[in-house]
Amino acid sequence: MQRVTKEIEKSGGLIEWIASNVSRLLAAIAIPLLTFLGLYSGFFFLRDSNASQGVTALVAIVWGVGGVAALYLVANGFAEQLLNDRWRATVQPFIFIGPAVAILLWYLALPTLRTFWISLQDNNGSQFVGLSNYLAVFTNRNMFTAFRNNILWILFGASSSVIIGLLVAVLADRSRFERLAKSLIFMPMAISMVGAGVIWNMLYEVNPDVGLLNAIYTGLTGNPAIAWKAAATIAPWNNLFLIAVMVWLQTGFAMVLFSAAIKGIPSEIVEAGRMDGATEIQVFFRIMIPYITGTIITVSTTIIIFSLKIFDVVQVMTGGQFGTQVIATQFYREYFTNQNAGSGSAIAIVLLLTVVPVMIYNLRQLSDQEAF
Amino acid sequence: MATTTSVRKKSGNTGQLLVNGALLLIVLIWTIPTFALLVSSFRTRFDIQTTGWWTILPHRAWVTVEEFQPRPEVDRDSVMTLSGAQGTFEEFRAGIALDSSKQVLWVGNKRIGKVVVQEKEWTTNLDFTLDNYGQVLAGKTFEIRQPDGSIRTEQADNFVGAFLNSLTVAIPATLIPILIAAFAAYGFAWMRFPGRRTFFVIVVALLVVPLQIALVPILQDYVRLQLNGTYLGIWLAHTGFGLPLATYLLFNYIRGLPRDILESAFIDGASHFTIFIRLILPLSVPALASFAIFQFLWVWNDYLVALIFVGAKPEVQVLTMRLAEMVGSRGNDWHLLTAGAFVSMILPLVVFFSLQRFFVRGLLAGSVKG
Repeated sequence: MQRVTKEIEKSGGLIEWIASNVSRLLAAIAIPLLTFLGLYSGFFFLRDSNASQGVTALVAIVWGVGGVAALYLVANGFAEQLLNDRWRATVQPFIFIGPAVAILLWYLALPTLRTFWISLQDNNGSQFVGLSNYLAVFTNRNMFTAFRNNILWILFGASSSVIIGLLVAVLADRSRFERLAKSLIFMPMAISMVGAGVIWNMLYEVNPDVGLLNAIYTGLTGNPAIAWKAAATIAPWNNLFLIAVMVWLQTGFAMVLFSAAIKGIPSEIVEAGRMDGATEIQVFFRIMIPYITGTIITVSTTIIIFSLKIFDVVQVMTGGQFGTQVIATQFYREYFTNQNAGSGSAIAIVLLLTVVPVMIYNLRQLSDQEAF
Repeated sequence: MATTTSVRKKSGNTGQLLVNGALLLIVLIWTIPTFALLVSSFRTRFDIQTTGWWTILPHRAWVTVEEFQPRPEVDRDSVMTLSGAQGTFEEFRAGIALDSSKQVLWVGNKRIGKVVVQEKEWTTNLDFTLDNYGQVLAGKTFEIRQPDGSIRTEQADNFVGAFLNSLTVAIPATLIPILIAAFAAYGFAWMRFPGRRTFFVIVVALLVVPLQIALVPILQDYVRLQLNGTYLGIWLAHTGFGLPLATYLLFNYIRGLPRDILESAFIDGASHFTIFIRLILPLSVPALASFAIFQFLWVWNDYLVALIFVGAKPEVQVLTMRLAEMVGSRGNDWHLLTAGAFVSMILPLVVFFSLQRFFVRGLLAGSVKG
């Protein structure tokens, strides 16, 4: 009842309302226009300017972040000033979620379909060829090596990260130097895979005056130095030297999650086990491991996904040569180096298909645990 | 869960020793590679090529204690006796040991070379320099004379420029997705509208899509829109790839905020926008910070997305690309590679060590990134 009378009152004074709000109306139209103009010209300024780099950087940051904030502000102001209550309630949620949904559609949802479509066409994108790109992918020897290598990454890389991570978590939990040790093992998480590639390239360097590994190897055995990443004599085990880099990067991640999980084990359970005469090893395997199984699965699946998508380490350290290529580097090579749009896209889809099941499993685990 | 651990920490001295010993071993293996990089970046080019970085530690090495020209009448083609050592020229060239800690060595050629007496002594190799950083950071140009006489100018490794580019990419590429995701998370958590569930399921489902899948179509769009090699293009790309996780994490957090705070604000007549800005954002700072650090490190360290969407534009190149290019073009110039790598690592390491707490919290909240 109240609302109806309100609206009648409003409509009665319509002209008055417009007159009193004319400046508001003008502003509501002018401000979005000015915002868009400002953002538009800013974009071209940034793309074409010859200003000094520091200035450009600052302008870009302010322009980019401020621009997004301004868009929300303007869109919301528009809704709150110009629309009546009912329309506002309909429109406002879409101002809040609209940009996110739009960007996700453009950047992830549609590209998945489009990549699939491209993968069904020949390499120039001129002819529909059905599944023949996939046939080519699965019969190609290089791809076979890539698949084998990704399996090596999972078998050795993921398992080593998980085991060492668990070991460190348990050891640190009993040590006085827990924080320091965990910090140092966690540190590689902050380092880019390109940076890690340089670090480990140096460790593996053939010149025994540079590479520590060869210095130790030649010093101990007296044999000539080995190019660890490239040596055909030890193929396919030269992959292990790249995998070590991932273990180095990911163990900290595993350790942090395990450490939190172990601290979550109620001490009464562990103490009860000890009272019953269980050895430390029995406590570990019979009490701790079953208690943190959920975390172990989450960590394993996350690192498995990481190993499936591995790209930077291989690209920087060997460029995928010497039989070290993986699915992601093959994709890059097919699409960007060889300019084969069709088979490149097919590889991307294959990568998606290998990752999705693990990811879904992982997400289900995560929602079960009700994290955050 | 408050009454955990601490009992376990006092379990005998031998136990502690064993635990700490094993821990120390792992920590050493984990830190030595980075330490090697850091140390090497301060060593001269010559030192890096000729002696290992580990020679900065005390070690026993040959140190010259005496040096003289052999008299000209010494017959260099037969057996000679010099400084108490006896042997042919070839043997002297290889070095003749007098005892385990003294040797006599012929340096240089047969006619005008000199004889050096060396003793093994404890020594360290602590000859450090900042030149590598100077060379890597400076954006100066070099003139290179070509074989045909013409002069070609070449840009030196401009890591300062790349550093600025990385900042210009990483800061907005961190803040923009957070802003967009926070709005969306609030919308999903606290607003009622048709299609809410459907849209949310789409967002979460996109967590499974690896970003490789999107590169090709987005690149086509960018070429058409001339967004390729622009900051806007790479910000939007990182935003798109970071959004599912950001929205998911922030949704979980914002939904968990106490309902009565919001309801009383509504009764006071506050609009959704006001509540979001004044109440939700300040309350969500821990979650926002966690994701911010996560995303910042991810963007700063990203190589693939930059490689595809920045491509060959040197003036927009970020650090990881600069460094990767250096690995390809001068993989043996360790004095430059180490300094360059360290420049690229310094900011993430500072962020990481100062804000580790938030980072860990973000990881624990779910670290699934497409």
